[in-house]
Amino acid sequence: MSRSPYLSGAPSVSVIMVKVMLALVPAIAAYVWVFGAGILVVLALASVTALAAEALMLKLRNRPIKPFLMDGSALLAAWLLALSLPPLAPWWLVVVGTLFAIVIAKQLYGGLGYNPFNPAMVGYAVLLISFPVIMTHWPAPLELAQANLSFANQLQYIFGASNGLSLDAVSMATPLDYLKTQLTLHHSVQEITSAPQFGLLGAQGGEWVVGAYLLGGLYLLQQRLITWHLPTAFLSVLALIAGAFYLVDATHFAHPLFHLFTGASMLGAFFIITDPVSGPTTPKGKLVFAAGIAVLTYLIRVYGGYPDGVAFSVLLMNMCVPLIDAWTQPRVFGHKK
Amino acid sequence: MNALVNIVKQNLGLGSIAVNGGVHPPEHKQESTTQAIGQLPLPKRLVLPLRQHVGNLPKVLVAVGDQVLKGQLLAEAEGNISAAIHAPTSGTIAVIGDALIPHPSGLPDRCITITADGKDEWIAHSPSDWRKEDKTTLLERLRHSGIVGLGGAAFPTQVKLLTNAKSLVDTLVINAAECEPYITCDDMLMRERADQILKGVEIAQHLLGANQCLIGIEDNKPEAAEAMRLACTNSPLAQSVTLKVVVVPTQYPSGDARQLIRLLTGIEVPANKRSTDVGLQCFNVATVLALHRYFDFGEPALSRIVTMTGNVKIPANFEVLFGTLVTDLVKAGGGALEETDDYIMGGPMMGFSLPSADVPITKAANCIIASAPNLFAPAPPAMPCIRCARCADVCPVSLQPQELYWFAKSSNLEKARDYNLFDCIECGCCTYACPSNIPLVQYYRFAKSEIIAQDRAKEAADLARERNDFRLMRIEREKQERAEKHAQKAAGAKAEVANAEAAKTDAAPVNETPDDSAMAAKKAAIAAAIERAKAQKASATAPQNVADAKPAVQAEIAEIDARREAAKQAVSEQTLSEQALDNIASTQDEK
Repeated sequence: MSRSPYLSGAPSVSVIMVKVMLALVPAIAAYVWVFGAGILVVLALASVTALAAEALMLKLRNRPIKPFLMDGSALLAAWLLALSLPPLAPWWLVVVGTLFAIVIAKQLYGGLGYNPFNPAMVGYAVLLISFPVIMTHWPAPLELAQANLSFANQLQYIFGASNGLSLDAVSMATPLDYLKTQLTLHHSVQEITSAPQFGLLGAQGGEWVVGAYLLGGLYLLQQRLITWHLPTAFLSVLALIAGAFYLVDATHFAHPLFHLFTGASMLGAFFIITDPVSGPTTPKGKLVFAAGIAVLTYLIRVYGGYPDGVAFSVLLMNMCVPLIDAWTQPRVFGHKK
Repeated sequence: MNALVNIVKQNLGLGSIAVNGGVHPPEHKQESTTQAIGQLPLPKRLVLPLRQHVGNLPKVLVAVGDQVLKGQLLAEAEGNISAAIHAPTSGTIAVIGDALIPHPSGLPDRCITITADGKDEWIAHSPSDWRKEDKTTLLERLRHSGIVGLGGAAFPTQVKLLTNAKSLVDTLVINAAECEPYITCDDMLMRERADQILKGVEIAQHLLGANQCLIGIEDNKPEAAEAMRLACTNSPLAQSVTLKVVVVPTQYPSGDARQLIRLLTGIEVPANKRSTDVGLQCFNVATVLALHRYFDFGEPALSRIVTMTGNVKIPANFEVLFGTLVTDLVKAGGGALEETDDYIMGGPMMGFSLPSADVPITKAANCIIASAPNLFAPAPPAMPCIRCARCADVCPVSLQPQELYWFAKSSNLEKARDYNLFDCIECGCCTYACPSNIPLVQYYRFAKSEIIAQDRAKEAADLARERNDFRLMRIEREKQERAEKHAQKAAGAKAEVANAEAAKTDAAPVNETPDDSAMAAKKAAIAAAIERAKAQKASATAPQNVADAKPAVQAEIAEIDARREAAKQAVSEQTLSEQALDNIASTQDEK
């Protein structure tokens, strides 16, 4: 009967997910270069946990396991969560976060295509609220670390057999964190950013990872896996608002480039806020959504209780998606606005 | 690079050099353009469905056993929107009855079958001097031409040429975009018969009184565009009006009339209006050529060019008599290659699978594709929608297919209507672009038919309620009238008794007036209430955007229902099938 169109010109869901993961590879390489190979173990842990959790949940929900495991969405969520965690996160932290992301944020809402919230960010937010100390203890980049941290040492940290080696010995406040605490001690931004963990634009070392995210993001744009609306709106609004504050008072507010190149800005712009399932679908809606995340992120960074705010901002804006979509319907051909 | 420029321009809202959205499926047009348009040997049997056009079924004028000549009128247009059917060759009427027709429903419909006598003998016919004749006469004559839109919509052409003060046509758009993959019948027609097409354009221009004629061709047909340009410079029409070939970027679905009009003129025809309301009319190239053959030679619509392509030995275009069976056409294409498992009528984006290869070529049949798994792989199982909005990006009418899918799937039909479901042109771009392989268009077709069915049911229910209200009112009235009679009788009797008892005194006059006035007031109140209810219903049932565009679809659905009903009957009472047939015929005639 009528099953037209008989042609298909779309990459499958699996291909899309695999390409997004491919776009993350430069950032992972930079990560290994800056922080050591420990991140690979964290990624592997998250991947295995995600696939196992996804398979188990699909079985419990009586859904076909193979096609949904093969779609790659669980794996991608696990990677995004792993890349948001401190590189030497203990194994159980990784497992708990991934389980939360897959089981609760994704499968309990109906699985692929039905989750109203970004699963990776749900996992991240749960961990940040539950284990704030571990979550804000980032190891220093290898070049700044006082103790030489071998891969074996890193494994010891991850699997909790550090034998008295305290994480404090190798950790260092992240630039966003450091900026926040030092500002409360009435230091000026200029004094603060001369600390060793600050690099040219963002974090010493970390800015390479950020640059790699940007590179991966451009690949996604080139492959038309994302549209320009979300990253452009997010980055430009973040820069604009940071720029405005910076112009008003440069001693208390960091340079806009600093905001773009630290924390989860770049990861968020291209990989997190571009999650299609939990985001808006209309072009205008995407602009509103991304702008909202940028404003909230800046406010949380500057006035909030946490050093970074991308995860919370994404979740807050996820809630607004149905409303944004309803309000930003494009003009239909032949209709007046 | 062009594509990139387009994206930038579209996103910035600058210019409109291409269709909004749209897709670029592999064209596969070169396969069927290597050969000149071929002729088929005269078929032995021709099956002519009465339904080859949008509108009323034509009225059959012949009976089984009649000898007919080529070009003889077999069925005449019935009502305003209808088209005549002619004998494509000379022969005998063999059967008038149900046969399989090329329709997605796969249901049989009424057909006239002719056994050809092989002489191909013409009925007397002559050219007309259309420049000198009155337009009204010409249009009335066009009713007997059998010409319908040959681009695939099959809308009776004479209806589109009627103009009045309200719809003055300034610009005539000739649709030669042919945006669907595989189809090349218009391409070949333009390459080979551009001069004849221009003669048809002259007639259409004359009838419409247009000041401008724009011929829109996609840039993947340079030979056709060149031929048309040459024909334009040679045409006498170029002296009196603006006559231009406009090459548009190849992008499906630029051949949709409203899309092409926007591409050529920048005018976006409002959704609730016809193009003539904004001074435009659009015809397919093959349709205007049919006008030329009718007025300049006196030949009614008997054949068309059909692309035979896909999994056949020699893909090519053929001039095919209406009623020729698809099997004959496949033979002409050198026969189907191995693994052919299906025949598609139309293109791969909007076409449909034929119920059998033994169905006839109709006026709407622009292309037959022999399908095989290696050409059109069966769609993989659908995955959940991931809201990637690729469908919205490619939708040429800027709908939100992902939302419509959600509403259709959950049978939230009101919401689907609110999100302009009825503006969907079913071009298939959304399904083409869907990474989850969701058959979106099928969901929309389903939702549309559900909404139309609901509206019809609601109308029927309203009618029934109205009838019931009236019945109740009548019962009430009769009751009152009876009571009135009884009262009168009783009063009469009383009066008589009174007269008898006291004949000398004047009986008090029976006081009937207050009763009467009370009753009249009551009746008036009931009538007013019914009026109010009616008005309320009328305003509540007025469909928002179905009304203008949908009568044709509604009529079609009604007819399909009738046919389905008939098919059921035919199965249950096989012996009585002839009778069932007559029933349908009569119900359809009533329409």
